[in-house]
Amino acid sequence: MDFYKNIFEASPYSLNRIDKEQFILPLLHHLTLLHYEQCKPYSRLLDSLYDIHHTQNFASLSEVPYFPVQLFKTGKMQSVRDEEVVKTLTSSATTSQQVSKIALDKETSMLQTKALVSIITSFIGPKRLPMIILDSKSIFKDRAKFSARGAGILGFSNFGRDHFYALDENMDLDLAGLKSYIEKYSDQTIFIFGFTFMIWQYFYQVLKSSDEYLLLNNAILLHGGGWKKLQENAVTNTVFKDALSDRSGIQKVYNYYGMVEQTGSIFMECDHGFFHAPNFSDILIRDYRDWSCLPDKESGVLQTLSVLPKSYPGHSLLTEDLGTIQGVDSCCCGRKGTYFSIEGRIPTAEIRGCSDTHAQDALISNQVKLI
Amino acid sequence: MDNSQQLKEAFSKSLELDIKDITDDLAYSVNKQWDSIRHMNLVAEIEDLFDIMMDTEDIIDMSSFAKTKEILGKYDVKFDT
Repeated sequence: MDFYKNIFEASPYSLNRIDKEQFILPLLHHLTLLHYEQCKPYSRLLDSLYDIHHTQNFASLSEVPYFPVQLFKTGKMQSVRDEEVVKTLTSSATTSQQVSKIALDKETSMLQTKALVSIITSFIGPKRLPMIILDSKSIFKDRAKFSARGAGILGFSNFGRDHFYALDENMDLDLAGLKSYIEKYSDQTIFIFGFTFMIWQYFYQVLKSSDEYLLLNNAILLHGGGWKKLQENAVTNTVFKDALSDRSGIQKVYNYYGMVEQTGSIFMECDHGFFHAPNFSDILIRDYRDWSCLPDKESGVLQTLSVLPKSYPGHSLLTEDLGTIQGVDSCCCGRKGTYFSIEGRIPTAEIRGCSDTHAQDALISNQVKLI
Repeated sequence: MDNSQQLKEAFSKSLELDIKDITDDLAYSVNKQWDSIRHMNLVAEIEDLFDIMMDTEDIIDMSSFAKTKEILGKYDVKFDT
């Protein structure tokens, strides 16, 4: 489709609410029909819940059919023939033993890569920067297994050069190597990438316990992967940023929110601490009691929409996260589009209070209905 | 040795392919040796070889041997063939 031709030419945050809806609604309609035709499990699900044959277009984003992201842990959710699949992404599951399997064809893989380039270069610029990866190279030992972690590191490696992996295969920090790398590039901006929990555990905690300080004042740190483990230890985003600034001097710390089911169209945190939806994706917040869309400033279950998934029906997904839309087109950082915050995972295992139990019951019964 | 031959050797070395397999239509991910991990090695090898630094967008677009030569033109690396 020619729609996709110029999609990455503008800044990824150039479209306001009206322009974006005009741009992505027809694409999301097209994708819904495409996956309906090409993916049997998807069409069966859709038929049981929606009357897709009588929809010429969607009137608003809230009308786009959506399914829980957990569906990718069940059947073969794929809209291309096996021989067209160039890459299969998997994620380790947090709520069950099953993993998500995402089949990418050449086009979807390329769209994802270009989307990520468009987003990240808008933050760090077009030049590739000296790059520190706060992880271990050993995760690439088995090339056949493409874990979400490995795929993430490789995807972000495109923004760097002279890549330095700061952890060895035992996850020990190579402090001497790290220091000489920082020294080597002391006059340049260094790009640092890692997963939130790993950075905290294997970088910050090590610096702290060995009473070391680093001079990374010029660096840009990008991290993602979720806060679940850190929340248990009361490490908030603010605590994280302050701690890193204290020990390593890093001032620019950006969190991103993304999932393997919608690789590429990630949501980046701006300098004001809000996540931003780029031109080619958007979010909705739904009330778990009746699945209606909630207005701005009200917390509910996050639904993510992306026009990138063409080889699998992942263009409209109900996540397992709670979020709040903070506004549209009006963030102080100047980016257009929806901006939001994440409050964490939907409570599951550790529910104590009556209201939470109620929330959980409502959620489960509604999800059962959906599936 | 001309640029084209040097580039072939860089491909051969980074992708662990025989030099005779390096043809214009050699394509990223189609040839299983040219995966995203070796792509990083290839970029580093080419940058060292011609003493250049490529932008993110260009290393993403390096999808075949022919395309790589075209992109390198932007960095004043010329090819006769």
